[in-house]
Amino acid sequence: MEGSPEPASPGVIREGDFAVLKRDEVFKAVAVARRRKIVFEKQWFCLDNAIGHIYGTTFEVTSGGTLQPKNRVQEAATETKEAGADNRNIVDDGKSQKLTHDDIKALKDKGIKGQEIVQQLIENSTTFRDKTEFAQHKYIKKKKKKYEAVITIVKPSTRILSTMYYGREPGKINYLRYDTLAQMLTWGNVRAGNKMIVMETCAGLVLGAIMERMGGYGSIIQMYPGGGPVRAATSCFGFPGSFFQTLYDFPLSKVDSLLSGTFSLKKLPLESEENTAVAEESNGSVDDKPVSVQEADTECSAEIAAEDRQPEEQEIMDIPTEGDAFEDSKAKGTTHDKLKKQEERQKKLIEAADLLKEKNADGLIVASRFHPAPLLLSLLEFVAPSRPFVVYCQYKEPLVECYTKLREKGGVINLKLSETWLRNYQVLPDRSHPKLMMSGAGGYLLTGITVINESVKSGDCSEQTDEEPTSKKRKLQEQR
Amino acid sequence: MSFIDYRETIKEGDTAIVFLGHESMFPVKVQHGGKTQTKYGVIRHSTDLIGKRYGSKVTCSKGGWVYILHPTPELWTLNLPHRTQILYSTDISLITMMLELKPGSVVCESGTGSGSLSHAIIRTIAPTGHLYTVEFHQQRAEKAIEEFEEHKVGHLVTVKNQDVCKNGFGITHLADAVFLDIPSPWEAIGHAKSALKREGGRICSFSPCIEQVQRTCLALEEHGFAECNTLEILLRVYNVRTISLPLPDLGKGTGGNARGESDQGSPSDQGASSAGLQQGNAQFKSGVPPREMVGHTGYLTFATKSLF
Repeated sequence: MEGSPEPASPGVIREGDFAVLKRDEVFKAVAVARRRKIVFEKQWFCLDNAIGHIYGTTFEVTSGGTLQPKNRVQEAATETKEAGADNRNIVDDGKSQKLTHDDIKALKDKGIKGQEIVQQLIENSTTFRDKTEFAQHKYIKKKKKKYEAVITIVKPSTRILSTMYYGREPGKINYLRYDTLAQMLTWGNVRAGNKMIVMETCAGLVLGAIMERMGGYGSIIQMYPGGGPVRAATSCFGFPGSFFQTLYDFPLSKVDSLLSGTFSLKKLPLESEENTAVAEESNGSVDDKPVSVQEADTECSAEIAAEDRQPEEQEIMDIPTEGDAFEDSKAKGTTHDKLKKQEERQKKLIEAADLLKEKNADGLIVASRFHPAPLLLSLLEFVAPSRPFVVYCQYKEPLVECYTKLREKGGVINLKLSETWLRNYQVLPDRSHPKLMMSGAGGYLLTGITVINESVKSGDCSEQTDEEPTSKKRKLQEQR
Repeated sequence: MSFIDYRETIKEGDTAIVFLGHESMFPVKVQHGGKTQTKYGVIRHSTDLIGKRYGSKVTCSKGGWVYILHPTPELWTLNLPHRTQILYSTDISLITMMLELKPGSVVCESGTGSGSLSHAIIRTIAPTGHLYTVEFHQQRAEKAIEEFEEHKVGHLVTVKNQDVCKNGFGITHLADAVFLDIPSPWEAIGHAKSALKREGGRICSFSPCIEQVQRTCLALEEHGFAECNTLEILLRVYNVRTISLPLPDLGKGTGGNARGESDQGSPSDQGASSAGLQQGNAQFKSGVPPREMVGHTGYLTFATKSLF
């Protein structure tokens, strides 16, 4: 079953795929290519051998940088026989391990399998036999984690990429925790066939999540600040090209003119040129490594860019994004190509403007580093009545302000300010409990539903009274 | 109306949501000649609803008004007739994302219960996916079929009236994901495994008690599932309020240098004469958590079936 399945079979790792490497709880997004060195968790290897295997396969990293598929069956090898009852006689003298640091290093240099090193460590631990069964378990687990270099290659999904981003680069996604993102998709009723408006500065993660849920059906208009939309995380999903055909973008700076009817194409900045400049700049700044996705973000905010420089954070991804490749070739391309591209962009922009002008979008999702109130007040104009909207903010106070302003303006009902807490559990026989550490911050959401806002003046006060708590409110909350 | 795509206007046969006020709403089946009573008076379907736009304000006979909303799985969850305990949107959101559901996914579910999760799954996997849902309670199974037809999503779901622990889901190697909300999920793990595609898939089990989780995790491990992960998600809702805290009288009023530390900075020089008694209030807006909240619904255990 590990041979070389027919290329058409789904779930097989292929060259050119976008994949995610997983080691314990650590993820890294990569583009699958032959003869390319990848560094992950202080190890380097090539993905050549992984090609043709099924997603979900676990590999062992050998010292030569190749990957060997590993069967899970062999794991129960280290059975423990003797065990102590408690730790009353275990003294920490720092001498329980007979192997020295140098011995271990020598073992590693000899290229001995991680599993064997762990076995040696156990045999040379004088206290191992006196430890309780549970403590032995924990010891083995810890050593395995350190010496057994196994990685699993998995298919990218919102689940994996949002966990990855929250774990490794939360600053890039405004600390949007994955369970909060899950709430946004549900409360926004994101599904195939919708016409969605998205305004995000979460590296394109929120956009990707929405695209996954829409499966290529319907349309998405991404509103962007600055010179162009950031889609570094979006490209990690590895969506087929067809998904991008109904993906539009529209500059935030033109929203006002679109709403007031003074929008014209002539005043638009030449975005493609700006983008090219950015891409070239970052190409120069990273040595010979393929442009890491983060570089595309740098224009976004100086604050976030500062975080980029931490080498640890650089490791999260190793993908030459479609966008970058695209910009690259364009930079080298002829002026004719340039003009053609620009024409295409203009055409798509007009389409986006037309879609917005219909003012019948099926939902609005906002998750950005900007103050949400002005975004919401303007962008809701483009949404049809009886449609949900969801606004994310890392902080609660701006959403309190949104709530107040929306109430004043009218045209929305069922406003709800909320937050979710997420708790992780360790579940083991006789050792089940919540995990020691939990995330303390995942951001806040303001959700609501649009309605027809007729007679703004008279409607205002009556709406207030109508929305005041009724006796049913408490009942409903209790049910929930 | 449909639960899987938006329509502009209300038509005969639609399920619409009547929104009365703050989180007070109910579903209504729109019918020619139909009437619905609300505390604001009666709504006549033929004249008040049919042909109107979703999101409209509808004036009732006593002069009060309500909004008519397009149905969504989330609104349905808040308004559906309970035949069992149901899953709410907070848990549903996490389940949907962690099971990696999307258009085209084939999903198994048991039990169907009141169909709260079913509607959300159908919404997500439409138009090309399918839900196989198993409910051992005959009446509930029949009621669910009826509802799916009424909501025009019957073509996306198959309801089977059988015991999932004994008879499984009725499909083999077809599903991308399995969801279990039954009292003894560990008895269904084997069936879940064979329902999932050969190359793998995701599973989730919802259980209120930790002992159930324990047994489920053991069963998952025995059947070779990987990435076993147990989570719990809690929703905290905040009420937005303007809060006014009185400023304390520290006896500084008559001294002339009374300095209110309030946001308004109101007790200034000219108010110094009355400051001795009335120091004023500090006002601010806040998101205030309710006195009580839902502390536990259930543990969500997720795992992956991979090839080995």
